[in-house]
Amino acid sequence: MIPSIPQPKIVTVAYTAYVALFFVFLALPLVVVAVFAFNNGQFPSLPWEGFTWNWFFGSERPMIGVFHERSILRAIGTSVFVAGAVSALSVFVGLTNAFLFNRYRFRGQSVLYVLMLLPLVIPGIVLGISILVFSSRVANGLWDGFELDVEVLRPGIWLVILGQFSFITTIATLVIGARLQKFDRTLEEAALNLGAGQLTAIRTVTLPYLAPAMIGAFVVAFLMSFENFNTTLMLVGSDAPLTIAMFDRLKEGSTPLLNAVSLLLMLGSSCLALVMIVFQRRS
Amino acid sequence: MRTEAKLGLALLLTPLLLWLTFLIFIPHIDMFLVSLRERIGVGEYQTSLANYLTFFNEPLYLWTFLRTAMMSSLATLMTLIIAFPVSYYIAKMVKGRVQSALFLLCLVPFWVSELVRTFGWMILLRETGVFSNLLQYVGLVDGPVEMLYNDAAIMVGLVYTSMLFMVVPLVTTLEGLPDEVVEAGYDLGGNGLSVLREIIIPYAMPGIVSGCIVVFMLSLGNYLTPTMLGGKESLWFTELIYSQFIVRFNWELGAAFGFMLLMLSSAIVWGMLKLTGQSLEKTMG
Repeated sequence: MIPSIPQPKIVTVAYTAYVALFFVFLALPLVVVAVFAFNNGQFPSLPWEGFTWNWFFGSERPMIGVFHERSILRAIGTSVFVAGAVSALSVFVGLTNAFLFNRYRFRGQSVLYVLMLLPLVIPGIVLGISILVFSSRVANGLWDGFELDVEVLRPGIWLVILGQFSFITTIATLVIGARLQKFDRTLEEAALNLGAGQLTAIRTVTLPYLAPAMIGAFVVAFLMSFENFNTTLMLVGSDAPLTIAMFDRLKEGSTPLLNAVSLLLMLGSSCLALVMIVFQRRS
Repeated sequence: MRTEAKLGLALLLTPLLLWLTFLIFIPHIDMFLVSLRERIGVGEYQTSLANYLTFFNEPLYLWTFLRTAMMSSLATLMTLIIAFPVSYYIAKMVKGRVQSALFLLCLVPFWVSELVRTFGWMILLRETGVFSNLLQYVGLVDGPVEMLYNDAAIMVGLVYTSMLFMVVPLVTTLEGLPDEVVEAGYDLGGNGLSVLREIIIPYAMPGIVSGCIVVFMLSLGNYLTPTMLGGKESLWFTELIYSQFIVRFNWELGAAFGFMLLMLSSAIVWGMLKLTGQSLEKTMG
């Protein structure tokens, strides 16, 4: 069925209705989360108690808003730090991987490529526990052998960064690799002919060409890190990123405060996504 | 190879090898070794299959494992069935701006964290939630209805959460299908159903496989959705892993569970690739 093949009207209408219904299904949970951020009640549920900004700006109990809730603000800070670190690391390793698989031919390359893809098909929670088990074994070993207490290897922010990095790198590699694949090597050769050294050619010709993909990979990595739950859950210490902090709140029972945080998250990630689209357009 | 090229290769290989060795290989081998440990006294261990025996002999563990696998398969199938017509619509029925707008709309929910999405479904489905109130308002039911905390709620959550990972590969593959081929199918006397079966689905196979693999994987390893939307009876295997590790501090048994989950997901992914003649590079790369 394609537009150029005539179909009975009823089929076309039913099909369009189905697609419309699908988009309602997609939007519904997000819309209710957003709407209940403004409910002037203690619970994000009906009845509707009237409109309020208090879940954002309120400063008195029982309605303390997001901007006055220290633990939430701290969790946001932790998440931003983790996501920034993970994205920077992933984009760097993604870039070296992309060059490695694009520019070199060596024995075992295809095997390495498959291995590079593997983190995508390992459940996040398994990645989390395996890194937890290994890092604590190393930490215990260092303590038993040398009386060295390596805080980095205990559950906490650094392990969360490593855990997220372990699979987000694959995605960064794929994003950057896809663009490098399309690169016209003759441009680089032209630079070499004009007397540039290999590294200068890459720095002045190839890297600017890759910039949109690198920014894209950074944003994707940032968003993935920000919303990651499974791997983070296993590696988290006392400084919980936002998703874990919200999860803990949610288990105790939710207030519209969580809706307000969620709405801000939606706005934040939409902005980032827009930035990315604009950048991709410009290239 | 020239020395310079060799140096470049070595420099580029280093990050990859460090990453794969220290964050993927050794940790998984270590997890496997821990799963083979049996605690026989304080700080005393011996190598045995005791943890795996516990897994197979305890009906709850085995049942949860199978249940998770079955429900993930069902969720994958449902996601495919729901996503396919929509993806086809986006790829073939509309063009230009409408096409990119619809595609973008599909992505929006997934820029938001899974927690927010699950939270949205809780607000919709719970006893005091939107649906329950709506039904009372319309007069279909007399009192509040609880739609949360059952397997159906988990299903809705899983399908919703993984929708994107089915739609994107499907749209991408279907976009490559030339209109002429579909037209030729009709010209040769095919009807909607036979064109779908003989042309469209075979053509979309790579997208279907990669979508199914990712959705199955994500459902199997999901912790948030089953925990938040499922009731006391609806255990998910990841919850067992979490409780062994974090609540009971029984890392040996937890590692065995983790290894079983890894085996299950690898087996299914491998089986699906073999069955459809695809490779991991083609579907993921």
